[in-house]
Amino acid sequence: MFRYTKLTLLREIGLWALALTFLAPFYFLVTTALKSDAEIYTTSPLAPPSSPDFSNFTAVLTASGNSNVVLGLVNSVIITAGSIVGLIALGSITGYVISRSTKRWSKGVYYLFLIAIILPGQLGAVPLYMGARTLGLTGSAWGLIVLYTGMLLPLSIFLYANFFRGLGTDYEEAATIDGASKTQIFSKVVFPMMAPATGTVTIFAGLIVWNDFFTSLIFLGGSSNQTLPVAMYYFIGSLVSQWNSIFAIVIVSMIPILALFLFAQKRFIQGFSGGLKG
Amino acid sequence: MTATMQSKTEAADASRRGRRAPGTARKVRSRGGSLQFGHWWWALPGIALVIAIHYVATGIGGYFAFTNWTGIGSFKVVGLANFEAIFKDPTKLGALMNTLFLAFSSVFIGNVAGLVIALGLNRVLKTRYILRTLFFMPVVLSPLATAYIWKYIFDFDGPINVFLRSIGAEDLAKPWLADPQWAIWTVLVVLVWGSTGFAMVIFMAGLASVPVEIEEAAAIDGANLWQRFWNVTLPGIRPAVAIATTLGIVQGLRVFDPIMALTGGGPAGATETLATQVYKQAFALGNFGGGAALALVLAVIILFFAVIQQRLTRSNPED
Repeated sequence: MFRYTKLTLLREIGLWALALTFLAPFYFLVTTALKSDAEIYTTSPLAPPSSPDFSNFTAVLTASGNSNVVLGLVNSVIITAGSIVGLIALGSITGYVISRSTKRWSKGVYYLFLIAIILPGQLGAVPLYMGARTLGLTGSAWGLIVLYTGMLLPLSIFLYANFFRGLGTDYEEAATIDGASKTQIFSKVVFPMMAPATGTVTIFAGLIVWNDFFTSLIFLGGSSNQTLPVAMYYFIGSLVSQWNSIFAIVIVSMIPILALFLFAQKRFIQGFSGGLKG
Repeated sequence: MTATMQSKTEAADASRRGRRAPGTARKVRSRGGSLQFGHWWWALPGIALVIAIHYVATGIGGYFAFTNWTGIGSFKVVGLANFEAIFKDPTKLGALMNTLFLAFSSVFIGNVAGLVIALGLNRVLKTRYILRTLFFMPVVLSPLATAYIWKYIFDFDGPINVFLRSIGAEDLAKPWLADPQWAIWTVLVVLVWGSTGFAMVIFMAGLASVPVEIEEAAAIDGANLWQRFWNVTLPGIRPAVAIATTLGIVQGLRVFDPIMALTGGGPAGATETLATQVYKQAFALGNFGGGAALALVLAVIILFFAVIQQRLTRSNPED
C-alpha cells in the first residue's frame, strides 16, 4: 500500500533541498574559516575562498593562556569521561533501588529527583560556588566532575528508574534462588541488562557536560585549566569580527562531538528517542 | 539514629550472605512488602549528593532572594522588596515577556517543523536515515558554538544582507542583531534551528509505533491525508508530543548561552531573558539578592508550566 511512487521521489528531493538549506550555516562556517585575513574583507560571504588557507587553524591550536585550546580539549575529555562514570555508577544503583523498593519513601524520593531535574541551576549557583570554594573544589577537574555528577544525577536516575520499571524481576529472582548475593545480583545480572539505559545516560550526560559553558565558566574561572567552550569563549573574546579565526576555533570545538555523532549516529538517535519515550 | 543502625546490620548481612547464600531467598521473602532486591542504603550517596547540590544550594539561594546580599559581606533580610523591584522594573518585565515568547514560540515552531519533517521521512523514503542524521546534526553541537555561526550570518556584512543586496532588496538589509525590533526574532531562528532535529527524532520514534495496518485501513475506508493524520497518526503520537513539548518548554525558559553569544541581551535589553538577567544581577552587578529573587521567579514559572504540561497531556482521554 505505501509503495515508492513518483510522489515519494518528489518528497525525497524536496526533503533534500530542505536539508541542504537547513545546513547552510555549515557552508559559511567552513568556507569562512578557510579564508585568509585579507580575503574575509575582499570576497563575498557567499563565495568560497580562492585557495584554502589553513593558517587560522594553526593559530587556534597554538594559542596559549586561558584560550589554550589543546589543554581545553584534554580537560573537556577528562571532565566529560569522569562525569559519565560517576553518573553511571551512582545513577544506576540509585535508580535500581528506588524503582525496586516497595517502601513508601521510594515514591517520595523519586519525586525529589524529578523536581530536581527542572529546578533552574542559577538559583543555587552562588551558594554552590561558595561551598565548592570552601572545599577546595574550584579550579580543578575533580571539582567539576563532582559538580556535574550531582547536577545531572536526577536525570540519570530518572532514566534508569524508568528503565527498571519496564523490566521484570525474573532474572533477579532466579539469581536469588541460585544463591547470588544482592551485590552479585546487581553487578553480574542487573548491570549488564541495563546497557540500553547506560547508553542513553552516556549520550545525554556526555553531550550536556561536553557542551556546557555556564558552569565551567564560573567554577574554573580565573584558572588556566579551562574546558573547551570556555577556551573558545576567551579566544573569541579577544577577536573583533575576525570571522575566519573565530570559525576556525568553532570548527575545532565541533569536530570531536560531530565525529562521534556521525560515527555512532544510530546509537545517539536511539538514545534520545528511546530514553525519552518512557 | 535508627537509620544508621539498620544500615550497619544490613551491611553485616551482606558480607555474611556471600558465604551463607542458601538462606538468602527465605530471608528476603520473609521480610515481605519491603525491599526485595538491593539494599535501600545503596541509594544514600545519590540522595545525599542531589539534596546537597540541588536542594540545599537552591534553598540557600532562595533564602537570599529575601535579602539585600551583594555576594560578599553582611546583608539584611528585606522581605519582598526584591520582588517588588522586579515587577516595577521594565527591563525585568521585558525579560519575563521575552522568556515566555522565546520558550513558547520556539517550542511551537520547532515542534511543528520537527513533526512535518518526521512525517516526510516516515516510511518508504530511500535516504531517510541519512536525512535524519543531517537534520539532527545541530542538536549535538554546543549552543555557544552554533550561536557564533548565526552571529556571522546575521552580521551587517554577513551572508543574509549580502544576499538581499544581490537580489536588489537593499531595503530589507538591516543590522539584524542590533535592531531592537528584529533581534528577538534572530534569537528565535537560532533556537528553532537547534531544537527542530530533537523534536523530529522524538516524533519519528512516536510515528514508528503507529501500526501501518491502521493507517492502511483508514486509507481504504476513504480517509484523506489530513483525516488520516488527525484521527489516526496524531492520537498515536500523543506521548511523543507531550515529551517533546515539556522538555522544549523547560529548556526554552532557561535559555542563556545562545543569547550571551548572539546579543548579550541587547540592543537596549530587547533580547534580555530571565536567565541572562539572573546572571547579570547576581554575578556582574553584585546584586545577588535581586538575582536570586529573579531566579526564584524563573523556578516558579518553570515548575508551573511543567506541571500544567503534564496534566494536559496525561489526562487527555481519547476524544
